[in-house]
Amino acid sequence: MGGKGGSLGELTRAGIEVPPGFVVCTAAFDRFIDALEQRAPVRSRIEVLDSQDLDAIGVVSRELRARIEAESMPDELQREILQAHARLAVAGVAPIVAVRSSATTEDATDASFAGLQDTFLWVMQPEDVLARIRSCWASLYSVESVSYRRKQNFPEAGVAMAVVVQVMVDARTAGVMFTRSPTTGDKSVITIEGAWGLGSAVVGGEVTPDRWVVGKITGEIPVRDISDKAIRHAPAPGGGIVDVDVEPDQRKAACLSDDELLALRAVGRKVERHYGRAQDIEWAIDRHSGRVMLLQSRPETVWSNKDAAPVVTPKADPRMHVMSIFGGIK
Amino acid sequence: MSNPVIRGVFSLAKTACEVMRRCRTLEPNIGNTGSTHKLPTGVFMSTQDKAKGFPLPSSVKVVPGTEAAQAAYPYHIQFAPEDDQKFWFYNSMHFPEPMHAFDMVTAEAAYCALGAANTRVHCLPTTLGIDHRIINGRVYIGGNGVTDPAEIERRTVEFQKRAFYYYENWETLYAQWKVKMLKLIDDARALPSPTLPEFEPLEHVHAGRGVASNHDLLVTYQKTLEGYFRMWHHHFEFLLLGYGAYLVFFGFCKKAFPEITDQTIARMVAGIEAEIFRPDEELRGLARRAVELNVDHHFKEGLSADAVLASLSEGGPAGKQWLDSLAKARDPWFNINVGDGFYHYHRGWNDDLSMPFAALPDYMQQVRDGKSLHRDIGKLQEERVQLIADYRELLNSDEERAAYDQMIGLAHRVFPYVEGHKFYCEHWYTNLFFNKIREYGALLSKAGFFPEEADVFNLTHYELESAIIDLMNAWSSGSPPRGPSYWPPIVAQRKAAVAQWAKHDSPPALGPIPDVIDDPAIVMLWGITRESLDNWLTSGDEKNSHEVRGFAASMGVVEGTARIVKSVDEISRLQRGDILVCQVTNPTWAPIFQRISAAVSDIGGSMSHAAIVAREYGLPAVVGTGNATSKIKDGQRIRVDGGRGVVTLL
Repeated sequence: MGGKGGSLGELTRAGIEVPPGFVVCTAAFDRFIDALEQRAPVRSRIEVLDSQDLDAIGVVSRELRARIEAESMPDELQREILQAHARLAVAGVAPIVAVRSSATTEDATDASFAGLQDTFLWVMQPEDVLARIRSCWASLYSVESVSYRRKQNFPEAGVAMAVVVQVMVDARTAGVMFTRSPTTGDKSVITIEGAWGLGSAVVGGEVTPDRWVVGKITGEIPVRDISDKAIRHAPAPGGGIVDVDVEPDQRKAACLSDDELLALRAVGRKVERHYGRAQDIEWAIDRHSGRVMLLQSRPETVWSNKDAAPVVTPKADPRMHVMSIFGGIK
Repeated sequence: MSNPVIRGVFSLAKTACEVMRRCRTLEPNIGNTGSTHKLPTGVFMSTQDKAKGFPLPSSVKVVPGTEAAQAAYPYHIQFAPEDDQKFWFYNSMHFPEPMHAFDMVTAEAAYCALGAANTRVHCLPTTLGIDHRIINGRVYIGGNGVTDPAEIERRTVEFQKRAFYYYENWETLYAQWKVKMLKLIDDARALPSPTLPEFEPLEHVHAGRGVASNHDLLVTYQKTLEGYFRMWHHHFEFLLLGYGAYLVFFGFCKKAFPEITDQTIARMVAGIEAEIFRPDEELRGLARRAVELNVDHHFKEGLSADAVLASLSEGGPAGKQWLDSLAKARDPWFNINVGDGFYHYHRGWNDDLSMPFAALPDYMQQVRDGKSLHRDIGKLQEERVQLIADYRELLNSDEERAAYDQMIGLAHRVFPYVEGHKFYCEHWYTNLFFNKIREYGALLSKAGFFPEEADVFNLTHYELESAIIDLMNAWSSGSPPRGPSYWPPIVAQRKAAVAQWAKHDSPPALGPIPDVIDDPAIVMLWGITRESLDNWLTSGDEKNSHEVRGFAASMGVVEGTARIVKSVDEISRLQRGDILVCQVTNPTWAPIFQRISAAVSDIGGSMSHAAIVAREYGLPAVVGTGNATSKIKDGQRIRVDGGRGVVTLL
C-alpha cells in the first residue's frame, strides 16, 4: 500500500473523518506490470537510462505510458475494483470519486515527492475509474517521475504504486493546513489556507487562498489574511473540474468561519498527535453536511529535517539568565 | 535588532510586557566601529544618517507667547546647547499632554529615583540613568548608556552582588516593600490639612508646643514632597529587575515560538489575583450587593453619583447597608485614578465617583439577568497551569525545557511586583499626594493667590513652597500676603500656555539618530529601537491614511462606530456597542468595557490594563496606536482587528 493509501486508512482507524474509499494496492500494480513485462521489458528499460538524458527518457516514457494505458487489466483485478467501487454507492447512487496515485516513494518524510503523480478528480463512470487507475500507474513513467527516480537511484524493483479511489467531497471550501508554521517552523501554531470550491485550486496554486494562523494550544487566531479569490474549482458536468468565476460578493469574503477554523485545528491536533509529528494536511468542508473532511495527511518535511539548536540552555544559576538583558551579552 | 513594530513611546510604569515584546533582540553593540563615531553619551551616530535625522533640540522654538511659561521650569531641565550632541525622545507614553508647572514634579521624582536605582543601587552594567528636559510642556528624555567594556565589567560585578541578592530574596524583600509602602501611605494619610487659625489654639499654647501653626504649613508641605520622592524610590526598588526577568522569558518564548502572541506570553505570566483586578471586582461585588439588598432601583441612568448617594441614604436600612459596603470597597480599592499618575487632573474614583457609578447600572442589569459576574479564580489558575505545560511540551529538548522552567520560574517570582506596585504607587499614593496639594490650592486661593483651587498646579513645586512661605510670613507679620498681587497674572499666562502647547505637535525625537539603541533601560521601558526611530522618521508618509496601527492587544474583529473619549466626563457619550477610542488605557475604565464592542488607545501595550480587561471581556483591542484619537473622527465607522493590531477607517 502506498503512502497516501496507508495514511488514510490509519486516519480512519484513528477516528478522523476521511471520505470513504478503497486502495488499489501495490500488489495490483505489480500484477499488472508483471503481465506487461511478459510481453516486453519494462523495468530494465528504465534502469539503463541516464538521468541527464532527457531525450532518451522521453522516448521510453512515451512508449511505456502508451503501453500501460492500452493494456487492459487482468479480469479478476478489474472485477474486484468495480465491486469495491460499487460498494461506495450511497442509496443506489453511483459514487463520484477522486482517483489519485499513492506511490511508495511519495509522501515519505525523507523525500517530498508529492505532486509527481497525477490525480483525477470528479470521476463519474466506473469504466473511467479503471482508465484513471491505469493513468495513475502510467504517470509513474512520466518524464519527471523517471528522471527523478534515476537521479535518486531508486531501484525500479522497489517502485510500485497504490491508487486511492476515494469518494469526492463536494467542497464548499477546501485547502491545506500545516500543523507547524511553514514560514518559521513554530510548533505552537497551525497555518490554514483555503479557498472556495475544490482544494485543487489551492494545491495547484490557481488561486491565492485565504490564510489564517491559529494558536495550536490557545485557539486564538492572530493572523487573518483574506485574499481576492477570483475563481474556484467546481465539478464539470461530465466529470472532471472546471474553473468558475467566484460571485463578486464572495471574492473577498472569508471562506471559513471561526468555528470551522477551530474544527480544523482540532483535526490537525488529532492527526499530529496520532503520528507524533507535524503534518501537512489537505482538507475540505462538505458543501452539504458542512463537516470538515480530511483528504490526506503527510509528514511535514522542511522543518522536521532541520536540527534546531536549543534556544537557550539551562544555567547552573538561574539568575544568570538576566545577564542577557542587563549584561549586554547575547 | 529585528523588531519591526514600534510606534509611539512607551511606559516605564505601565507594564513589563508591553515593553518586553519590543525587545526581541537586545543585542549589544559594544565596540561598534565602522562608519560610526562615538558621542560622549554612549550614543552612536552614523554619518550617512545625518541628512534625515530629527531636529536638534536647539532648533525647537518655544511657541510664541509662551516664553515666560517655559522659563518657569527649573533651569536644569531646560535644553542647553550641549544637548544637541545627544539623542532625545518625547516620552509621550507617560506625558501625552503638556505638563502643568507643578506636574513636572512627577517627572523629576520619577527620573531621580529611576536613575538612582540603575546607576547607584543595582549598578546596571550597561546603563546609567535617564536625563529629562522640557520644552513647550513636552517631556523629552535621553538615556546614558555605558559602553566602555572595562566599565561594564566592573559594574557587572557590582550588579551581581546587588541585583542577584534581590532575585534570591525577592519574596522577603517584596513583603518588606509592602510594609514600607503601606507605612508611607499611612504617613501621608496622617498629614494634617493645612490651615491657619486666626489665633493659635489655646491647647497648643498650654501644652508648650513651641511652634506655631504657620510652621506646620511648611512642614506638612515638605513632608508631602518628601513622601512623594520617597514613593518613587520605592517604585524603582524592584521595577527594572522585575522587567528584566520577565523580558528574559518573553525573549525566550519569541525565539522558541516565533509566532506566539504577546497575549499568550502575558497569560502565562500574569497574576490572576493581582491588585489591578480588584477595583473592578469590588464594583461587581457592589452591583451584586445592590441587587441582593433590592436597592438597585436607586441607580437610574443619567442620575449623578451624588443624587444616587442621597437617594440611597434616604432608602432605609437596606440603602444604609449598601452604603456601608461601598465605604468598605472604597478604602482602599477606589484609590485608583483615571490616568497613570502623572497629571493632577487624573482624579481617583474616590474623588470622582462618576466613573464607577456609570458602570454600576450595567453590572446590576447583568446580575438581574442571572449572569455571574464572578471571576472563577480556580479555573483561571488551572488554565494558566495547563497553558504553561502545553507550551513546555512543544519544546525541542529536555535541555530547553529545563531552561524554560528556570526562566518562567524567575518571571513568576518577579511578576507580583511588576503588576502590583502601580496600585500602591501611581494610584493610591499619587492620589493622596495630589489631593494634599489641592488642599494647599484651596488655602491659597482662599487667601487670594489665584481664583481656583486647581490653579495651584500652575506653580512649580519650588514656587509653591515660596507661596506657602509668603502666606506663613503674612500670617506672622499681620500684613497681607504678596501672592494675591503677584500670582494671578502668572497663573493666567501659564494656563494659556498649556492650552497653546496642546495645539502644537512635538517631534517624536530630537538630536542625532543613534545607530543602535543598546541601553536596556530605554529598550525595556520605552521599547525604542533603531526600527522604531526609522518608523518615526517616515511616519509623515500618508501611504496608509485609512489605517491606524498599534499593538494587537486582544483578539477579534469588530466593526462599529468610533467614540472618541478624551476624559472621564465624556464616558456617558458611549452608546452600547460603540468602539471606545481613547488616549490612555487605564484600569479605571474597566467597568465600561461591558458597554463597548472594542477598544482602541493611543498609548499602552498588550499588558496595559485595558488590554488585560479587553481580553477578560473578550473584546477586540488595539492599543499603543500613537494617534488614534486624532486620526479617527468621532462617529466614524471603523473596523478593529485586535489580532493584527490594525484599525481600518471605513
